[in-house]
Amino acid sequence: MKRRQYLIGALSLAVAFVVFVIPFIFVFLNAAKTAAESATLDFSWPREWRFWQNLVEVVQARDYMLLLAYFNSTVITVGAIALMVVSGAMVGYLLQRRRTPWNRIIYGFVLAGLIIPPAVVPTIWLLQQIGLFKSITGMIFIQCAYGLGFTVLLYRAFIATIPRDLDEAAIIDGAKPWQVFFKVILPLLKPVTVTVIVVQSITIFNDFTHPLYYLPGAENVTVQLTLYNFQSQFVSQMNLLFMNILLVTVPPLIVFVFFNRQIVAGMTSGAVKG
Amino acid sequence: MNLPTGRQAGSAPSHGRGSTAATQAPAKRRGSPYPYWFVLPAGAIFGIFFLAPTLASFYFALTAWDLFSIRFIGFDNFVQFFREPFLMQGLVNTLLFASITSAAKTVLGLLIAVLLTSGIFAQGLLRSIVFFPVLVSTIGIGLMFAELMHPTEGAINLALAAIGIDGPGWLTNPSLALFSVAMVDIWRGVGLATLIYIAGLSTIAQDYYEAARIDGATRWQQFWRVTVPLVRPATTTVVILSLIGGLRLFDLIWAMTRGGPGFSSDVLASVIYKQYQAGFYGLSTAGNVILFLLIGLIILPLAWWFNRKEVEQ
Repeated sequence: MKRRQYLIGALSLAVAFVVFVIPFIFVFLNAAKTAAESATLDFSWPREWRFWQNLVEVVQARDYMLLLAYFNSTVITVGAIALMVVSGAMVGYLLQRRRTPWNRIIYGFVLAGLIIPPAVVPTIWLLQQIGLFKSITGMIFIQCAYGLGFTVLLYRAFIATIPRDLDEAAIIDGAKPWQVFFKVILPLLKPVTVTVIVVQSITIFNDFTHPLYYLPGAENVTVQLTLYNFQSQFVSQMNLLFMNILLVTVPPLIVFVFFNRQIVAGMTSGAVKG
Repeated sequence: MNLPTGRQAGSAPSHGRGSTAATQAPAKRRGSPYPYWFVLPAGAIFGIFFLAPTLASFYFALTAWDLFSIRFIGFDNFVQFFREPFLMQGLVNTLLFASITSAAKTVLGLLIAVLLTSGIFAQGLLRSIVFFPVLVSTIGIGLMFAELMHPTEGAINLALAAIGIDGPGWLTNPSLALFSVAMVDIWRGVGLATLIYIAGLSTIAQDYYEAARIDGATRWQQFWRVTVPLVRPATTTVVILSLIGGLRLFDLIWAMTRGGPGFSSDVLASVIYKQYQAGFYGLSTAGNVILFLLIGLIILPLAWWFNRKEVEQ
């Protein structure tokens, strides 16, 4: 490596540190301060470390609302992704394997799902009609519907790499179509399934807008909503607000450390083909 | 490609279960191994929870609708939308916000991607640092920067004061608030643009650069004549993704300014939410339809234009 490259690298690292890392350090330091000290918003070392006490206090706030929120967010994320993976893979499989004029229409819907902003008030009206407004079940279906476009595209591209001979061999052995899909194809889709799970779990976990509309009420609170609600509650306790931000940032950080490769694969899937 | 090639006509077991498939072409496709009912689960969820409300919005947008009653009023909501200055401002701000953030993410994303593929020191670490904000909760980022941008006590203005600059009221100055939020959105989203560009750059064969060097092209010429044209598919993705994201953006604005001060940083998505909260469901839905049409009118021609250029090359 040339000296110049070291120099540019070190310089970039310094800039990236100031621009991207310092804001998070600011949050971390303030999350460890006392309420009085964090109120000044100083970028300074805490005079007294209260990290653990603040953590406990945030978790206990409002009857352990944060724990309920983590539970709700987890249920929504897991439920929506389970639905999305199975139903999305089925569509991707059909789109890739069976070429008919219908494909264009299905494809059009997939793109529409990616581009069109959901019509919120009519969706609320519809959820009320079928009794799913303010319910976790309704939220699961909503998140699934909003993520299907992305899921179908990823699966369709991946299934193109799986040879048809496999389907045919299974059919000759007497497998029914659903058996071919669930017993032969679906297990082979594991790499892309991991990508879908990782990318969508971050998207759904971080989603604020849709729970805000479709899940009002304290018993259905999600993680992002607690952050928003605490903003008004913690106005005199900035340290707790920062602790809350920190706690919400941790899950994506963990996912990022373990699934870096899958995230990159999922998020750049459109880049090469366009 | 239509029929499985290796299948021997007689030996393939054709189960008579294809009643859905059979409606298409009974003679040819009886019991296709890829039956149409495979779209049913996804189709039902998508149809009920996404498509139906979207179609319904075209009717609801034409009504005066509140908690108690609903009444057809034709295009009055749209007329009101274009007459009320604060609603109009939301529309203008949306366009402004989307174009600024999209342009900045495209340009910065490409430059950072070129830097981070040039073999510099700590390249992998830098990629991770730039990308990480993409994964962090938008609300968390919004609240964090709202504090950093505090006019008197915020770390940004304190840092500026330390070098003798009098920092502005980033979020309290009406003519600045939208741009401050846009800056944070660029900060948050540039990592994704960079990532997409890095993937795009990795597909360009080194031969092109070698040939250009032999022909005596400077670094600058190589960038404009080789990199920029060949990375076009990535540019398409970045521009379209960031435009869609910018036009639809709600959470960051809501966390940082709630459309304020006044209506100075309102965008369509925050107007939709405010009208919904105020109980003007018809007007809110009209805002939704306008956003929908706006995105369609911008994205479809743009996608078509990018694709055409690609074919031409």
